Amino acid sequence: MWDYSDKVKEHFFSPRNSGVLNDANAVGDVGSISCGDALRLMLKVNPETEVIEDAHFQTFGCGSAIASSSALTEIIKGMKLDDALKVSNQDIADYLDGLPPEKMHCSVMGREALQAAIANYRGEEWSDDHEEGALICKCFAIDAVMIEDTVRANKLSTVEDVINYTKAGGGCSSCHEGIEEILVKVLAERGETFQAGPVKMKEENAQNGKGGKLNNLQRIRRIEMVLESVRPQLQRDHGDIELVDVDGKTVYVNMTGACAGCQMEALTLQGIQQKLMEELGEMIKIVPTKAGAYARAASQA
Amino acid sequence: MDAIYLDNNATTRVDPAVVEMMLPFFTEQFGNASSLHSFGNKVGLAIKKARMQVQELLGAEHESEIVFTSCGTESDSTAILSALKAQPERREIITTVLEHPAILALCTQLEKEGYTVHYLKVDDKGRLDLDEYKRLLSDKVAVVSVMWANNETGSYFPVLEMAELAHAAGVMFHTDAVQAVGKIPMDLKSSKIDMLSLSGHKLHAPKGIGVLYLKRGTRFRPLLRGGHPERGRRAGTENSASIVGLGKACEMALAAMDYENTEVARLRDKLEAGILARVPRSFATGDVSNRLPNTSNIAFEFIEGEAILLLLNKFGIAASSGSACTSGSLEPSHVMRAMGIPYTAAHGTVRFSLSRYTTEAEVDRVIQVVPEIVAQLRKLSPYWGETGPVEEPDKAFAPTYA
Repeated sequence: MWDYSDKVKEHFFSPRNSGVLNDANAVGDVGSISCGDALRLMLKVNPETEVIEDAHFQTFGCGSAIASSSALTEIIKGMKLDDALKVSNQDIADYLDGLPPEKMHCSVMGREALQAAIANYRGEEWSDDHEEGALICKCFAIDAVMIEDTVRANKLSTVEDVINYTKAGGGCSSCHEGIEEILVKVLAERGETFQAGPVKMKEENAQNGKGGKLNNLQRIRRIEMVLESVRPQLQRDHGDIELVDVDGKTVYVNMTGACAGCQMEALTLQGIQQKLMEELGEMIKIVPTKAGAYARAASQA
Repeated sequence: MDAIYLDNNATTRVDPAVVEMMLPFFTEQFGNASSLHSFGNKVGLAIKKARMQVQELLGAEHESEIVFTSCGTESDSTAILSALKAQPERREIITTVLEHPAILALCTQLEKEGYTVHYLKVDDKGRLDLDEYKRLLSDKVAVVSVMWANNETGSYFPVLEMAELAHAAGVMFHTDAVQAVGKIPMDLKSSKIDMLSLSGHKLHAPKGIGVLYLKRGTRFRPLLRGGHPERGRRAGTENSASIVGLGKACEMALAAMDYENTEVARLRDKLEAGILARVPRSFATGDVSNRLPNTSNIAFEFIEGEAILLLLNKFGIAASSGSACTSGSLEPSHVMRAMGIPYTAAHGTVRFSLSRYTTEAEVDRVIQVVPEIVAQLRKLSPYWGETGPVEEPDKAFAPTYA
């Protein structure tokens, strides 16, 4: 069975705000019957203030789909529509103390239902180019469609390229066979043949000896070096990261540009944290600072 | 209230008598069966006895037809890869769309390597079209691999008849009988089955032990080469404790065969009828008049299987589901889809699989709990109205993307 947090279980066993909301004036239906999730979000919006006075849901889906729906209604009740639109799927997952990577799409569905409901209230047409493929990389929750698109758009040709561009395969490496299969297929489309070669993993990249205790200056230099190494990746996505402070095992950073408030922010940070731990050979906790959070709010406003 | 375990097609509890038989083989009887000294010799004799116990359960003609492996999956892979290696000029395989991933994933890989795999289709009850099968049999086919009983629905494929047809066409026949062995009587010596896979942990033996039955005279190429165990057909030091345990479990399964097919079947029927009578819009899937005595697979429309399992688990009831969300893939069970079960029902399938340890009181409890759980989830479902499905569910609830 899935490793659900207590919060997920609690919201599943006792969902809040379930059932039909009779005087709803905003309704959003989203879902994918083939993958077994469908969600109807019903809102009662005050036309004067645009405050969400009540929110209910009906969900056909698994435990985490029901818990995500329940969490979403709790998060947005009392919010103004414009503020509610800033709720990301990561906020829903965070509210539930996290979701397994295979289940992150449940929180995405919640966010989409919210967008659909608000579009419905405002008389707008909401559409989504939602396409989800089979989950390839479980460490970073990257699916086949995303890898394929990235390989195509950037003319990637090695597993290492895929790791650098999408992070898929950069963790435990057990999905490299799946990544190779995608490369074989996409390379064949453009008339090339996939050439397998050794994949340089992070550990091998770290040439400096890990033995011996680092002094503070060395540690901070190492941390900066890791941040430098991921920076090109972030900048490619029009974002950036800056080091704010190092306090013992906690590394404070600012996520800026497109990275601030990006749906993948938590995953990105998780990946960087992993890199830091490997490079420094100790437990490290990476924390985005408040300043970053403000930037996020500003960028979404 | 003790936990109620109705997931015996996933795995079973090792019988205490089996454990007792095994224990000495970790401590006193630790010798290598291939060794000449007395430490090894006794182990060799114990393995011989276990081999005969397996032979008897399967109704095999010779004990040397029993090859111990590490699991059902290994037996499946060994059988199919052996058939291909032994007959390199034959580049085709016939199997079915309902097979276990141990067969299907291997076939997918073989297709990438250039082999042609024919997947026999099934009707809405999971039954094969034998005419299609007969047309595909040819001297290009290296092996036919068809499961004896389906792990999700328990339904049988007519493997005895299909083996006869394969034999007549000069084609090797393998059956994945992991779910069937120990639950229904078998007499392999009177059949034309060339190879059969079984797995210990489905019949109250431990995990990590399996058997490939290999009819004498069947051309064979080992998967693992090395030392002499299993007459050179499966190298690697024998897992003696588990082999002894499997032997005992086979003996016990044979002794309980009547009980399995009368009492376990009665409890299964009571469970299924009880649930279907109390839960509207539910139905049993598969070929219900032709299936294992212990399995019932019920589809609950308009709700999702993982949610059902989580609530059942809260009541201490263990079952399993063909829903997408329990497997981590985005698609519901390939078995339900192949039978054409609509998505709104396929996601809500729950498999109850009993064993000879299941009691009447447990069955009564499940019959009592399931309707409450289904009602609770349907209250949450956008496809369900006050008392039944919303009218024209497809139109009343049409999400933006699907």
